[in-house]
Amino acid sequence: MPLVLTEEQEMLRDAARGFLDEKAPVSALRKLRDSDDATGFDRDLWKEMAEMGWAGILVEEEYGGADFGFVGAGILSEEMGRTLTASPFLSTSILAATALKKIAASSQKEEHLPKLAAGATLYALAVDEGRKHAPSKTALFAEKAGNGFKLSGAKTFVADGHVADKIIVAARTAGAPGEEAGLTLFLIDASAKGLTSNRTIMVDNRNAARIEFDAVEATGGDVLGEVDGGYLALEGVLNAGRAGLAAEMSGASQQAFSMTLDYLRERKQFGQSLGSFQALQHRAAHLYSEIEMMKSAILKALQDLDAHYGMAGPICTLAKAKAGEVAKLAAIEAVQLHGGIGMTDEFDIGFYLKRIRVAQEMFGDSAFHADRLAQMRGY
Amino acid sequence: MTELETFRTETRVWLEENCPEEMRGSTRGEEDICWGGLRWEFRSEAQKTWLQRMASKGWTVPAWPQEYGGGGLSKDEVKILKEEMRAIKARSPLESFGIWMLGPALLKYGAHEQKLHFLRPIARGEIRWCQGYSEPNAGSDLASLQCKCEDKGDHWLVNGQKIWTSYADESDWIFVLVRTDSTATKHNGISFILVDMSAPGVSTKPIKLISGKSPFCETFFDDVKTPKEHSVGVSAVVGEINRGWDVAKYLLTHEREMISAGGGGLFGGRGLGEVAAQDVGLENGRLADPILRAKIAQAEIDGWAFLLTLERMKDEAKSGQGVGANSSMLKYYGTEFNKRRFELMMDSGGSDSLEWEGERSEDGKLARSWLRTKGNSIEGGTSEVQLNIIAKRILDLPNA
Ligand SMILES: Cc1cc2nc3c(=O)[nH]c(=O)nc-3n(C[C@H](O)[C@H](O)[C@H](O)COP(=O)(O)OP(=O)(O)OC[C@H]3O[C@@H](n4cnc5c(N)ncnc54)[C@H](O)[C@@H]3O)c2cc1C
Repeated sequence: MPLVLTEEQEMLRDAARGFLDEKAPVSALRKLRDSDDATGFDRDLWKEMAEMGWAGILVEEEYGGADFGFVGAGILSEEMGRTLTASPFLSTSILAATALKKIAASSQKEEHLPKLAAGATLYALAVDEGRKHAPSKTALFAEKAGNGFKLSGAKTFVADGHVADKIIVAARTAGAPGEEAGLTLFLIDASAKGLTSNRTIMVDNRNAARIEFDAVEATGGDVLGEVDGGYLALEGVLNAGRAGLAAEMSGASQQAFSMTLDYLRERKQFGQSLGSFQALQHRAAHLYSEIEMMKSAILKALQDLDAHYGMAGPICTLAKAKAGEVAKLAAIEAVQLHGGIGMTDEFDIGFYLKRIRVAQEMFGDSAFHADRLAQMRGY
Repeated sequence: MTELETFRTETRVWLEENCPEEMRGSTRGEEDICWGGLRWEFRSEAQKTWLQRMASKGWTVPAWPQEYGGGGLSKDEVKILKEEMRAIKARSPLESFGIWMLGPALLKYGAHEQKLHFLRPIARGEIRWCQGYSEPNAGSDLASLQCKCEDKGDHWLVNGQKIWTSYADESDWIFVLVRTDSTATKHNGISFILVDMSAPGVSTKPIKLISGKSPFCETFFDDVKTPKEHSVGVSAVVGEINRGWDVAKYLLTHEREMISAGGGGLFGGRGLGEVAAQDVGLENGRLADPILRAKIAQAEIDGWAFLLTLERMKDEAKSGQGVGANSSMLKYYGTEFNKRRFELMMDSGGSDSLEWEGERSEDGKLARSWLRTKGNSIEGGTSEVQLNIIAKRILDLPNA
């Protein structure tokens, strides 16, 4: 498959860009922050996105989705990255949609996917428990109780965890933390007894939560996929999330870079534009090159998720590793090359630095993924 | 079956039948490359057969039109041919500056007669070309070149010196940038001219590199007479007189694309992790040296992303066209990456990698290759020059 977008995909991108520039520019995020909005995103906007088919971008048509594939989902993520649009897209439309699509039983699909695609039900994926991403270290325990389970433990850094109606949670049903075997995925109602969710306001003003499980009851029907054999399924879902996040980071980097280039052309010091100084030209040219590298890795990851979902682990790891490094560079350079104004809250560039930092950390930073790639390659 | 699928099947069968066993398996290095030319001595019968068979299909230059000795293949077909060759590890039948540089320039700027005359011998590996661009006082600032070319009625008279001319002493012809108008501004008095190196007054003197080898030369032109037409209707000058800079720049984008695509063997050999695992050993499944491991993993990430970018840029380019100014980006990134790769291989090899002579090290193969890579970011325009080009031509940043 050529490493380019199809005509259809380009149309989606152009439509998304037009819509987001109008409806959800960076000023919208600023407004949400300044008004201490309790949800952290705009529900009306989400409704509009759902009407355009974005919420169900990955969902098959029979369940009311647009079925545009991972490349389509990545395009939307990238565009939302440009405008830093806050929405439950990652958690609901990429993570939960992938989990339901790839792992769920058909009765679960019938129950959940139409509501997900309509944007009516929000989901969150609860994996990490410590400060660094480590799915195999899952300790939250699901103890067998009668025909069901009782879940106890705590999750952290759960994107959209405080607004989600349903939580997909990785729990240990066997083995010890650190082992890949023995994990099970559960789909739990956020209003379940014993579940408490606390919003953690993060540096990027987006949504995350710490969720505590105190003997939360689940039935066998709440299990997604196999009992004890959930690790691989979880990895698949995480890979989709990593590629989606990488795409978002790519959009944010490209936007920050483009703002920086504009500034280099306009701003004059020593009687000439900043952009005419070779020291800055070289930094910009290097960053341009790195951004192109990142874009290639991400497009390939998204294409491979569509074409060979089960084998896309290494390429998704590449995409997230590369995005982690390049987006960080783009954000740091953007602030530095704007000088003092880059440090002000009034100017938008800081929002990019903050969002990129959070996205970098989520589902594995570049060190996590470099280590993973080395392991995959046998060293 | 679609047409492309049919093409794939036929190609696979043809390659299977026609690629000699000895011509399969990755190129170990310079010694396995077939450069062709009047003075070429084939390394083996198989090398000769392979070149002849591929040339007969036009597949030494699969994208060139058939009338000029090419295969007339579409972009997709070329990709398939490359994939099928890779699948059986078939070596490239022919590499040359004619294929990488002069050919694309002639295809774009040459007259039909020039193409007919010069392209076929390139495709068949009969004539070997070298590149006469750089001069002692014109390196990065190439347009300041001074090699003089005067109009003497029925011929051109060339006087001057070139330097760093790769393989000049093994080549048959040279494409030269000369000054045909010394009164015009520096970019406007340059012409692109084709010179037979067997003409009286052309001489070469090899220069020894830090790797101990002498792949490039000083090239001297002392009162060299070059006919205005090398054959009836075949002008010695490519493009318009005094407009050679356009041809020169266009050729450079192809040279840069070629260098970054590994034309010079940029990515030959095994993966870094594999090499290091053997050199340093594993502990609990991980490289015993954790800092080297981290650096290698980072490098493999960048290298993989780079290869994907090469692929993407080619897929984005229009059929039959190069990647344009992005050739500078690929050249910059690819060559800097290759230098990094060899630094890591030297780190991983430790004192063994420092051996310069003797069988154990194949006469210092790694050390010599490592030294050679330092030239990657100089030849074809330095990294700094590529960054300048990206800044101006792609990012549209102002001049100083
Ligand atoms: C292995 C090898 C093979 C070669 N083969 C050929 C060949 O076949 N034919 C041919 O014609 N030439 C060939 N060259 C020559 C090559 O193109 C030149 O060496 C190159 O263009 C640099 O020119 P220079 O050596 O004069 O260095 P200089 O131009 O003097 O540069 C010296 C340093 O200054 C930097 N610099 C120069 N100008 C600027 C600027 N404006 N901004 C920032 N930094 C700058 C350079 O990047 C470099 O780091 C070859 C070179 C090598 C190493």
